[in-house]
Amino acid sequence: MGQREGAAGLTTHAPQAGQAVTLPTTLDEAVAALAAMPTAVPVAGGTDLMAAVNSGQLRPAALVGLGRISEIRGWQYQDGHALLGAGLTHARMGRPDFAALIPALAAAARAAGPPHIRNAGTLGGNIASAAPTGDALPVLAALEATLIVAGPGGARREVPVSHLLAGVEMLGAGELIGFVRVPLLHAPQVFLKATGRTGPGRALASVALVLDPARRGVRCAVGAIAPMPLRPLEAEQWVAQLIDWDNDRALVPEALGAFGEYVAAACIPDPAPEADGTVPSLPPAVLHLRRTVAALARRALGRALS
Amino acid sequence: MSNEAAAAAEPAPETEQALHGLGVSLPHADARAKTEGTFPYAADLWAEGLLWSAVLRSPHAHARIVSIDTSHAREMPGVRAVITHEDVPGTPRHGRGTPDRPVFAAEVVRHHGEAIAAVAADHPDTARMAAAAIIVEYEVLDPVTDPEQAFEAEPLHPDGNLIRHIPLRHGDADAAGEVVVEGLYRIGRQDPAPIGAEAGLAVPRPDGGVELYLASTDPHHDRDTAAACFGLSPDRVKIVVTGVPGATADREDGSFQLPLGLLALRTGLPVKLAASREESFLGHVHRHPTLLRYRHHADADGNLVKVEAQILLDAGAYADTSAEALAAAVSFACGPYVVPNAFIEGWAVRTNNPPSGHVRGEGAMQVCAAYEAQMDKLARKLDMDPAELRLRNALATGDVLPIGQTVTCPAPVAELLRSVRDFPLPELPKDTPEEDWLLPGGPEGAGEPGAVRRGVGYGLGMVHMLGAEGADEVSTATVRVHDGIATVLCAAVEAGQGFTTLARQIVQDTLGIEEVRVAPVDTDQPPSGPGSRGRHTWVSGGAVERAAKMVRTQLLQPLAHKFGMSTELLQIEDGKITSYDGVLSTTVTEALDGKELWATAQCRPHPTEPLDAAGQGDAFVGLAFCAIRAVVDVDIELGSVRVVELAVAQDVGRVLNPAQLAARIEAGVTQGVGIALTENLRTPRGLVRHPDLTGYALPTALDAPDIRIVKLVEERDVVAPFGAKSVSAVPVVTSPAAIASAVRAATGRPVNRLPVRPQAAVVTTR
Repeated sequence: MGQREGAAGLTTHAPQAGQAVTLPTTLDEAVAALAAMPTAVPVAGGTDLMAAVNSGQLRPAALVGLGRISEIRGWQYQDGHALLGAGLTHARMGRPDFAALIPALAAAARAAGPPHIRNAGTLGGNIASAAPTGDALPVLAALEATLIVAGPGGARREVPVSHLLAGVEMLGAGELIGFVRVPLLHAPQVFLKATGRTGPGRALASVALVLDPARRGVRCAVGAIAPMPLRPLEAEQWVAQLIDWDNDRALVPEALGAFGEYVAAACIPDPAPEADGTVPSLPPAVLHLRRTVAALARRALGRALS
Repeated sequence: MSNEAAAAAEPAPETEQALHGLGVSLPHADARAKTEGTFPYAADLWAEGLLWSAVLRSPHAHARIVSIDTSHAREMPGVRAVITHEDVPGTPRHGRGTPDRPVFAAEVVRHHGEAIAAVAADHPDTARMAAAAIIVEYEVLDPVTDPEQAFEAEPLHPDGNLIRHIPLRHGDADAAGEVVVEGLYRIGRQDPAPIGAEAGLAVPRPDGGVELYLASTDPHHDRDTAAACFGLSPDRVKIVVTGVPGATADREDGSFQLPLGLLALRTGLPVKLAASREESFLGHVHRHPTLLRYRHHADADGNLVKVEAQILLDAGAYADTSAEALAAAVSFACGPYVVPNAFIEGWAVRTNNPPSGHVRGEGAMQVCAAYEAQMDKLARKLDMDPAELRLRNALATGDVLPIGQTVTCPAPVAELLRSVRDFPLPELPKDTPEEDWLLPGGPEGAGEPGAVRRGVGYGLGMVHMLGAEGADEVSTATVRVHDGIATVLCAAVEAGQGFTTLARQIVQDTLGIEEVRVAPVDTDQPPSGPGSRGRHTWVSGGAVERAAKMVRTQLLQPLAHKFGMSTELLQIEDGKITSYDGVLSTTVTEALDGKELWATAQCRPHPTEPLDAAGQGDAFVGLAFCAIRAVVDVDIELGSVRVVELAVAQDVGRVLNPAQLAARIEAGVTQGVGIALTENLRTPRGLVRHPDLTGYALPTALDAPDIRIVKLVEERDVVAPFGAKSVSAVPVVTSPAAIASAVRAATGRPVNRLPVRPQAAVVTTR
């Protein structure tokens, strides 16, 4: 006879017996644990990894939990930069003290899913998963952030975040993202995300825009529409030289709309002309995406300059 | 401080005592266990030595099976059984409505996710790996995924591609109006997406039979199907209904439960099923994607003259309940309006898309979105207020439906619409600080106040209750009273609709006994029918009431006899029996005198008739109506929509449990928000994309608007027990149409497709 009582603690996704879980307390211990078990998989918030485990797509032989490494759960200052621990959760980055420091990253963190995801998911995990819709990624691209990667024997090397996302430089075996170095720009920053719904959802398109008054620069990155964030460099340079940096960063209003169109056209170019010279039109869904990017970029610049 | 202390010192509120009988908000008996997570759902079941099942499903939408090689899977350590179509001892077909679906595909697969084989193993991973190790050689065929192509395509099934055609003809075909509007509308594929995925446990019996522990919503039908499939007599198969983790459709399709039972019979061991979210999406039926073409004729004053429509339901690979859905779509194609001349052609056709079936409000929901879009178009063309146009044509009791049936039940359509129209509109947020605005796109979204336009729209919807077209509706209930406790035995499944609470209230009301228990459901009890279309409120509720009244008579007869009065002159309240004149006063316990009273009764509503060749007939037992006014904010550059408020007025007959009723309306309206804005299971080339709750966006708390239940019209339906109408389905039917109407008003765009895609809500010429 079947019983009707709930079997306490039973799940259909029980990890296989004897699975090794290591919980190191320092970055170097974690690297050593990975070196000792080359088949082990590091796990921080687990919001992506555990979904893959639960659906049976991944069966890690062992796990190295990064949740107890206190050195990567906060941040420190380093000559005009902030050194952000890879273990910072989205919830932590969303708080006002962090928002005062790096407003766009805080906004992206607050937009990164429902509260239980934000409480668990981490900055380093967002980079390591490198999902096209990762909300922190366009912000890090716009900030031109650099990763501090920890390797065996206490080694540290620096990798620009764009290099990692583009696959130019990869994480080696046994390496972990330790910190993310971002410049402190002391100027407005905006992150905007279109989801197509009111509740939390994955970005259809997102735009991160930061002002760099010291270098009189505007840096913008568009997320979710390509495998990695796109930087419309020409549009950035064009609009930066139109801004009156000494006069409240004034900009002619028409330039906002033109910047939006410029960014959108750079990220979603027109198709190449046919042999007979006719230009095929983009499919309606792509046109809508381009309009969305244009509106987001225009709004982002407008808010940064207001 | 002292006030608080005084409040704390007061005894527990009396309300707990007073909460019994009909018309009060008796809380759900399972509410606490469900909130605390101790309620046992089917996925929690466990038996010593159980095996785990896994089902191999087709990766193709349409393919010929050349060969199936299970040898590798069988040889894997831990695998106890691998079964295919060759291992079905009985009837190899199943299906609700129409049994046209193979238990396991034999020669051809007709949709993505069709079951081909099943495995039982001692670990869920082993079972899944073994299922993946079954080698199936396919000859991939071109799928027919466009329902319009189904008419011309080669038959996809021995039964052909046309499941049903209804050519409804009512009135004068040559009638024409001065104003004509036309439209083409498309409705997407909603998934019922139950929060608890399919699960169950099959336990073989020593007598060669099997017991299935399932969250079935139609246990007797499932038992009969299973027995036929297993080659057993129905008395050797028992379905025990376990806790149902949410159901807005029929639960636990045959493609889940039949392999489970077959594996248990094959191995002689208990076998457990716990479907993953992906399997759940692939294995159960969806709402019918529908293509609708409409032409409305009206005179210059806005009186409807004629409606012509063509309705094409994509039934997917198997018929399921598509014939019933088509009847609802055709019958309600004109909506709750008086239409003297109607010519509606409806077809349900087979394609290689995933099968469609019962999801509440099927058929009625799709046409509601279309006829309300037509009413908006007509109002625009006539330059009339959309609510005024609807009021002018509103249906009332005594009017004739396009199927020729006269509306005999209460139909307070105009009153409902006036109630929502006259309800004050929500305030614009312009006076509150900008940070507090919830813009389209949500908090932390990209919304910009300058680009937001507000729109107000209306939807009027109707559904039928109970089975239509001559379906035999019957439910049996037993009430037992012993030791001051009443017990209800009825096979109506509590799927979240609140039947057990209602049954307790009915017995409390009739017998005056406070403590009423509702027994768990299994197929040893007499059947009560599937849990859909408000059946249990009506038919099962009616059976419980009759049984309770019979017990009441048994209880009071001796007393009445003794005092020489009829039982009607005695009343029971709070466990005390008193006579009208106060001469007699005793308690129920004393009157029982240790006896045990039992009574069983049936409820069978008056019969209906099938629609004839011209789509005419008295097909429905009862109708329910709803009016919704939607207020939306649209970011006209991004096309993002936020539903700000839905004001609901509904025809409920009689309120039996106010809190439960409000919850059902809120849930239904919110499911409609999903249909209107986000829920669409995409199947390019017949292949299900994103079968997960990230890709398939159910409404969250932030997506749900403020829901204002403005008016509940309590006009009792004389043929329904208690005069009550079921409430769950009609808000689902109506709210998508109202939201689309509001988006239309905000943007001026046609909005002829649901869910509303962002590009359809963008205003490009600013």
